[in-house]
Amino acid sequence: MIGRLEGLKSYLLPQFLIDRDDYRCIRCEVCARQCAFEVHWYDEEEDAVFADESKCVGCLRCATLCPTNALVVRHNPTQHPPNANWTREVLQNIYKQSETGGVLLTGMGCDTDYPIYWDRIVLDASQVTNPSIDPLREPMELRTYLGAKPDALKVGRKGGKPSLETRITPQLKLETPIMFSAISYGAISYNACESLARAAAEAGTYYNTGEGGLHRNLYKYGEHTICQVASGRFGVHADYLEVAAALEIKIGQGAKPGIGGHLPGEKVSAEISRTRMIPKGTDALSPAPHHDIYSIEDLAQLIYALKEATHWSKPVSVKIAAVHNSAAIASGMVRAGADIIVLDGIRGGTGAAPTMIRDNVGIPIELALAAVDDRLRQEGIRNRASIVVAGGIRSSADVVKAIALGADAVYIGTAALVALGCHVCQKCYTGKCNWGIATQDPYLSKRLNPEVGARRLVNLLRAWSHEIMEMLGGMGINAIESLRGNRLRLRGVGLTREELDILGIKHAGA
Amino acid sequence: MKRIIPREEYCIGCRLCEIHCIVQHSKSRNIIKAFKKERRPAKRVEVEEHGHVSFALQCRHCEEAPCITACLSGAMQRDGVSGVVVHDSQRCVGCWTCILVCPYGAVRRDGEGKKVVGKCDLCPDLEVPACVANCPNEALVLVEE
Repeated sequence: MIGRLEGLKSYLLPQFLIDRDDYRCIRCEVCARQCAFEVHWYDEEEDAVFADESKCVGCLRCATLCPTNALVVRHNPTQHPPNANWTREVLQNIYKQSETGGVLLTGMGCDTDYPIYWDRIVLDASQVTNPSIDPLREPMELRTYLGAKPDALKVGRKGGKPSLETRITPQLKLETPIMFSAISYGAISYNACESLARAAAEAGTYYNTGEGGLHRNLYKYGEHTICQVASGRFGVHADYLEVAAALEIKIGQGAKPGIGGHLPGEKVSAEISRTRMIPKGTDALSPAPHHDIYSIEDLAQLIYALKEATHWSKPVSVKIAAVHNSAAIASGMVRAGADIIVLDGIRGGTGAAPTMIRDNVGIPIELALAAVDDRLRQEGIRNRASIVVAGGIRSSADVVKAIALGADAVYIGTAALVALGCHVCQKCYTGKCNWGIATQDPYLSKRLNPEVGARRLVNLLRAWSHEIMEMLGGMGINAIESLRGNRLRLRGVGLTREELDILGIKHAGA
Repeated sequence: MKRIIPREEYCIGCRLCEIHCIVQHSKSRNIIKAFKKERRPAKRVEVEEHGHVSFALQCRHCEEAPCITACLSGAMQRDGVSGVVVHDSQRCVGCWTCILVCPYGAVRRDGEGKKVVGKCDLCPDLEVPACVANCPNEALVLVEE
């Protein structure tokens, strides 16, 4: 033992301060009952509610539920000595590690200020010479299909009527080009999984199981489920493959490219153990690589094994983290037989990742998407796979820009969890999510009523779909598929020549 | 009649139902005044908790209500129109037999005087009772039976 891990005086400052308005506080103790981090408590002698701010994670559960709005949770304004190099975050991280000797852990997506290209891209609109369309008066098509498209269509005649002679490979039908990202049962609660499943079924889209297997109660949503096969192969069995609408091989994840997963044994409850097919209470370790995939040829073997196992009845997707040479890898993935390729950018979320990995590995999704779409077009194989992008899609405008850059559809993970109540406090890895999402504690997970959750998610998809229609209409386009890869409708603002070249768009004014 | 059905699987034990019940049955119906200035009325709903199992319980408005049968003075009656078991404080003599016989423990002493008991009245002034309307997780639902 080289360091003493316990018993050190902590130099960490509370990240948040809690102001309690004594006039408003009615001592109802809702805050005390709702905080899993045990920040608030009522003192009978003083007839007052106190707070231990050092435990506060800023999830705002207390402030949201306080019936008199007596609570203000604010970032601790205490200043460290001004220093552009040794910032507050840097110092606090070092204090933390000097006290624990551990790897810094975090949850959700990268929160550092790399450029967000979505915010540097603007959309076009029709004026005078080409009419815009009012989606409230005219039909507007958001439906899209994911899967390999044939190089050409051969139409013959049968009994005097035209008939399609080309065999179309299996496709996923999306009523709106937005799906829910892979989030495993284990990373999130059963109720959160059920919310996603029900919402996907109701909205005519898909959610993804992540690598946690599929709980038997959710098999009924199989037609709207993309089942993931990842490096740990948790919960993968014949029925699991059979029930899915599509299968996804997960190679990498945007939040932690090159890193495996680790679900701590404490979270492996009886239900999770049954679903993942591992002993109760044991750690679920996903290796960093698939131990049977060391080349594109190996990937092809797994793709075809899965297709064969499911009688060629469903598309197979391959997901990678967006990294420096994504374009070349994506080309290999398509040639290996992937029907859908998923790119997960640096801002993609996770239940737990080492902070240094999350914040320093990978590339922004906008650049990866543009590079991959370009490469597949240059090679003449763009039609052989659909492109789905994930990692940092925050609004309907991001969706529209992604599709214009070349995506067929997007995955939303963080945005979906926010709709369920997530406040992005990034403490998913503690298992104490006060919003009942990233937890397996029965006391906490019941806080998310899946009926309420599904309704909130469906509302979000409906709202975004309406906005997408408005934006399409404004550009005089009446179908989402007509926008795909239509980069002429995009312009960059404040971007360098190099960035514009990679994104394949002109600067505003040009 | 209208009934409030608790859903144990979604009750989060926050007790906001109790808080809003108190406000609704207070003199001012102002949350801060009700809790800090006025005589605080008894809550008509109570969250029962054991570990992570919890649910909010209020008067079930029983079809054969023991409290009505037991009432000496006829203060506890069934409303002919709504079917709700209501309490008339003018007639109440404060014997509290209703409190003793209620199998749910849903009748409570209310107030400083001896006479009055408090129990769920399904918030006659509101379309949706305060506890149902303010449950953050829809763990209380109002159904028409």
